[in-house]
Amino acid sequence: MTTTALPPRATRASRPTPTPAQAAARARRKSVLHWIAVHTGALAAALFFVLPFVFVFLTSVMSDSQAMSGDLWPHEWRWSNYADVFNTPGFLTWWRNSLLYAGLGTLFTVCSSIPVAYALAKFRFRGRRGAMILVISTMMLPPQVIVIPMYLVWAQQFGLSGSLWPLIIPMAFGDAYSIFLLRQFLLTIPKEYLESARVDGCGEIRTLLTIVVPMAKPGIAAIALFQFFYCWNDYFGPQIYAAQNPGAWTLSYGLESFKSAHSVNWNLTMAATLLVMAPVIIVFFFAQKAFVEGVTLTGVKG
Amino acid sequence: MARTRKAVEAVPSGGSDNAAALRRKHQRDRLRTLGFLSPWLIGFTVFFGYPLVATVYFSFMHYNQIEPATFVGWRNWKYVFDQMPLFGPALWNTLWLVVVMVALRVVFGIGIGLLITKLKTGVGFFRTAFYLPYLAPPVAATVAFVFLLNPGTGPVNEMLGAVGIDAPNWFNDANWAKPSLVMLSLWGIGDLMVIFMAALLDVPKEQYEAAELDGAGSFAKFRYITWPSILPIVMFAVVTGTVQTMQYYTQALVAGKLASGVSVGPGTTIQPGYPDHSTLTVPQLVYSLGFQNFNTGAACVLSLVLFAIAMAVTTLLMRKRAGLLTAED
Repeated sequence: MTTTALPPRATRASRPTPTPAQAAARARRKSVLHWIAVHTGALAAALFFVLPFVFVFLTSVMSDSQAMSGDLWPHEWRWSNYADVFNTPGFLTWWRNSLLYAGLGTLFTVCSSIPVAYALAKFRFRGRRGAMILVISTMMLPPQVIVIPMYLVWAQQFGLSGSLWPLIIPMAFGDAYSIFLLRQFLLTIPKEYLESARVDGCGEIRTLLTIVVPMAKPGIAAIALFQFFYCWNDYFGPQIYAAQNPGAWTLSYGLESFKSAHSVNWNLTMAATLLVMAPVIIVFFFAQKAFVEGVTLTGVKG
Repeated sequence: MARTRKAVEAVPSGGSDNAAALRRKHQRDRLRTLGFLSPWLIGFTVFFGYPLVATVYFSFMHYNQIEPATFVGWRNWKYVFDQMPLFGPALWNTLWLVVVMVALRVVFGIGIGLLITKLKTGVGFFRTAFYLPYLAPPVAATVAFVFLLNPGTGPVNEMLGAVGIDAPNWFNDANWAKPSLVMLSLWGIGDLMVIFMAALLDVPKEQYEAAELDGAGSFAKFRYITWPSILPIVMFAVVTGTVQTMQYYTQALVAGKLASGVSVGPGTTIQPGYPDHSTLTVPQLVYSLGFQNFNTGAACVLSLVLFAIAMAVTTLLMRKRAGLLTAED
């Protein structure tokens, strides 16, 4: 009677040394329990991350009247909601503008950032450290700090307010974040490759194009993806420069007005929301490796 | 070193021409460097240097973007610090978000990272599931959360109601609006998860085995082995998180606008911060002053305040992460 009442720890301690078989069995039991605990936790976390998508999707195929109720499961699956979203005046224009902003912005950023990152990673010159400090400072700068004078210049000197060009043009002059990321990547290229190219009589530009760029493909892919997502997701920029002209709105900016245009129809708003999320998620599945490498590069290397 | 050696190789065997050739070589190197850096040198001057100087200039001017600017001395600065009613709430909200959001994101990021490294089955599925929300465009994610948490028909309150919990009004309640934004930011933990996962996998396994032999429990192992080795990454996450949160704009603005139910569209002029200024952040106030009230001077003062704080944090980052700058090829 007394022995059974003892707390388990004491019981275990007072027990004679277990045979190897018993120890193995206990270890197995412990690891099974551990497995269950960890995976239960993971499932709970997965619910938190996935359920919002599920509810957004379910609501996006509900009928108008049901979307106004609290029901969670659609009575009828109205796929035509998605067609309605595409037929909303402006939606295709926003789509085109998003592609223009993200496509050209990415192209400009990549082309202009590669030589700068290369110089910062591989050339030795006075002020190199200072230049890196300036790059990181611009990276950290809140965009709101300089927006007012820039807006005044674009609007008053160039008459470009109401368009996306004030956002796209600066990207032809290097982007601090892309430069920083690519430079971190280029540091990992052994300089022997560059030197052997020089011995072979390559000029710097040829070395960059024929040796560095092919070797840096994963890094370039990462900055291209990040920049594409940045442009696609940007809300502040289009709000400053494109707000007055709905013909220049992007998806990220237009989506917000979608709700007020369809004031009570959460179903159409949710369908539009999914359509704004979809391209980014599709791109991610095609380029998962480059993307994760890029995220890791920002934090871990260096 | 490298440059000298290269220079010597490049020098022709003449002898008396050496000095001149060396100088020519140096000059060519300098031009080459300038050429490669030129896109950014131009970009930095035109899109960073100029507007920064102009912001300082306008902070001393009265300018409504129609009439010519007039010099008013420190009046804009005094107005912002002494009289502007929204400066206090905006600064408080920004600081609140910096402290709470950054802290919780780091803790949650480590937790999710630990969870993933402990998983034996379905790692790929869970990693993707945890990562995906980070990819959702901020406006889309915010619209989704305003719907999920809306007090009328939102699924979250429907479910909480079904189990008998008296649910709050989330984005429509001044006390719950910021916590709701924090929840939105935790949903998008993917970036930190990946960084912490990599850091956790880098901890040498032998150290854990040695600690187990010494009888260390899970907590002791985390405290004395995991924590010290991921500390640099934690610092990095805290500082970059702080910088990002000081720029916090889109989610707060969109959530406030949508939850308020006020119609938005071209020429929208509603004041941000619904409900009751609880989601008004400093960047939103800059926008509101500069582009809705056309008070260019005050907006520029506020920009400079934001700039000063961002620079202070960046300086801290440089100290902690000096390796980023000194790393050599």
